[in-house]
Amino acid sequence: MITRRRFLALAASSGGALFLPKVTFAAAETDRRFVFVIQRGAADGLHVVAPYAEPEYAKLRGPIASEISQATKLDGSFALHPALVETAKMYKAGEALFVHAVATAYRDRSHFDGQNVLETGGRAPYELKDGWMNRLTALLPKQKAAPIALAPTVPMALRGLAETTSYAPSAQPEPNADLLARVGLLYQRDPLLHPLWSAAMETRSMATKNERGQDLAALGKLAASFLARANGPRIAMIETGGWDTHTHQTARLALLLKGFDAMLAALRDGLGQFWAKTTVLVATEFGRTAAENGSGGTDHGTASLVMLIGGAVKGGRVIADWPGLSQSALYENRDLKPTMALDAVIAGVAGETFSIAPDLVMRAVFKDGSGARPVTGLIRS
Amino acid sequence: MYRTAVNARIAHALTTDTPFAERLVHFWANHFAISADKVTTVPFAGSFENEAIRPHIMGNFYDLLLAVERHPGMLIYLDQASSIGPQSAMAQRARSRNAPRVPGMNENLAREIMELHTLGVRSGYTQSDVTEFARALTGWSIGGVAAPALAQDGPPGAFVFRPAMHEPGERIIMGRRYGQMGEEQARAVLRDLVKAPATANHIATKLARHFAGDDPLAALVERLSAAFRDSQGDLPTLYRVLIDSPEPWAPRFLKFKTPWEWAISALRGIGLKSADRIPTVQMLSQLGQPVWEPGSPAGWADMAASWAAPDALVRRVEVATRLATVAADRHDPRELATKLFAGPPSPNTHAAIDGADSRAIGLALLLVSPEFQRR
Repeated sequence: MITRRRFLALAASSGGALFLPKVTFAAAETDRRFVFVIQRGAADGLHVVAPYAEPEYAKLRGPIASEISQATKLDGSFALHPALVETAKMYKAGEALFVHAVATAYRDRSHFDGQNVLETGGRAPYELKDGWMNRLTALLPKQKAAPIALAPTVPMALRGLAETTSYAPSAQPEPNADLLARVGLLYQRDPLLHPLWSAAMETRSMATKNERGQDLAALGKLAASFLARANGPRIAMIETGGWDTHTHQTARLALLLKGFDAMLAALRDGLGQFWAKTTVLVATEFGRTAAENGSGGTDHGTASLVMLIGGAVKGGRVIADWPGLSQSALYENRDLKPTMALDAVIAGVAGETFSIAPDLVMRAVFKDGSGARPVTGLIRS
Repeated sequence: MYRTAVNARIAHALTTDTPFAERLVHFWANHFAISADKVTTVPFAGSFENEAIRPHIMGNFYDLLLAVERHPGMLIYLDQASSIGPQSAMAQRARSRNAPRVPGMNENLAREIMELHTLGVRSGYTQSDVTEFARALTGWSIGGVAAPALAQDGPPGAFVFRPAMHEPGERIIMGRRYGQMGEEQARAVLRDLVKAPATANHIATKLARHFAGDDPLAALVERLSAAFRDSQGDLPTLYRVLIDSPEPWAPRFLKFKTPWEWAISALRGIGLKSADRIPTVQMLSQLGQPVWEPGSPAGWADMAASWAAPDALVRRVEVATRLATVAADRHDPRELATKLFAGPPSPNTHAAIDGADSRAIGLALLLVSPEFQRR
């Protein structure tokens, strides 16, 4: 278990960059790659990187904690979901790092508002009109190619004054199982549509063997193909969805994480020699309840997990000022309590990735935001 | 050309200041349907609506009917352009030359005018009435096609009356004698068809069904029918009766939207002014209602039972997902719902939109919600 004290010590020992800013603005075009992966829908960090050593965990989670036995033990406290096979290899190779119990400044539980705060980097929904990635771009010297979003339109995080672009994967987005389930609920009380929809879903379940979800591996490969180009973009954003696991969480997350793992592997393989220069930051709008709900899932919560993946990451560690899961330790008696501010993590990671003082990133990109010190020592210089 | 015409129709539907008139254009174009699944009809798909329907929706039914039946799109679609009277000069000549094939008559247009455009099916006319009407219609043709020997008799593609194709003699249709000569003969029949009570009832029923529900109340149909008879087919008079009637204003959903209606309302809902960047032709085919291609002169059905089907719902969800991904950055689905719905959404719809895990999902759910599928 990483205690608060141990975390602080760790941060201090590796946080030299914080006090000795080397470069304010990178002089030349960077060869670093930075990818932000958004998990829309509130990914359950407690399920992805589970605090297996904590007895409360199994008690709170009940049956959905069952995978813990097959999970990859990361250290004496945390274990990685078994579907994340390639990610586990990266962890072992020192290319994956997990920061736990992280949250934005947002403390309510609306997806839209939460995602707005996550993407704008503000303190409250709709307080800022542009995205933190865009403001980060403005700190960098002019690049050969604008930051790119692998999405049909430019997401909020990339929007703003700096030039950005987007590219939609060729395959049209298909409604995934999650959306189909939501439509089912939507029609539940409609005498005309309910029976029709039930019939359609019955046919569909007969017709398709596999979950028709996003092809995340293809998305990773596509992103890598842009980022690996000499004159290509250095900053990219990937959108993923379907993380809102109110029901049947075990099966749904296993499937989703398998695809997510394939996406990360595709990024690594596609970037080749540039992987060593790459930082992938994965974050979600908020976490999920510490306890399982009545339908084999979890509900909207607060703190969650940040994943840092890539050859540039000083990986092989889980970092957390771990609050614990005892009833009194939970936020509002239900959620993992946030003990680290997401803006402080991003400021540290982005600053170190692009050799910009993390304090400056905190100031310029997050308007000093949470006021927390940037978390440094996470990325190789 | 077809694609351009479809996109123009959609763009107009999205931006028009007169949506009621636009709805009427679509209504009448469907009432007098030509279908682009017939290859020779494809080039007329857009022009038929713009030239024969659009200019006449605020006039008299007879003028609309005449413009429709004289349009090359209709004359080709229902095989009228090459229909030749058996005793016409042209047929006589062919016989005297011992031509291998003596050209003949085609009843297609005559039948559909009676069955679909005016009187309505099983309203009392007989096969002999159809045949006699078909004889009266012979000679209604198009310049430049259908009869190479006569290719120079009119501007290519424009209506032309060819006396040499016309069946001579008087006709008796539904007990009425038509002694007129030439083109005037079929015009006289059309005029009487407009006056027939069956036509008034047929048009009244279709209008009522479109605006007041699949099974319109008899009272509304009768009111419209009487207005049609009394005004001798003055269409604005009918529209006024519709607007002044309580039935179309009933405070509940009266219709399940057709794919076209749903697609247009969805595109309007997300604020699109043009569909240039959307594969509209594909989209409407996928939804089950390819534009100007109902596959039959009867047009698309105007009943929920034809459109509310299991697979059709899945397709709407698929299209909604795509539209929502394009538009999610511009709309908060919760705000849009209050803007687009007449009243407060049902608890289920409210919960679905509010609980969506992204704007795109919320928007897709809004577009496929029970409320948005109906009007």
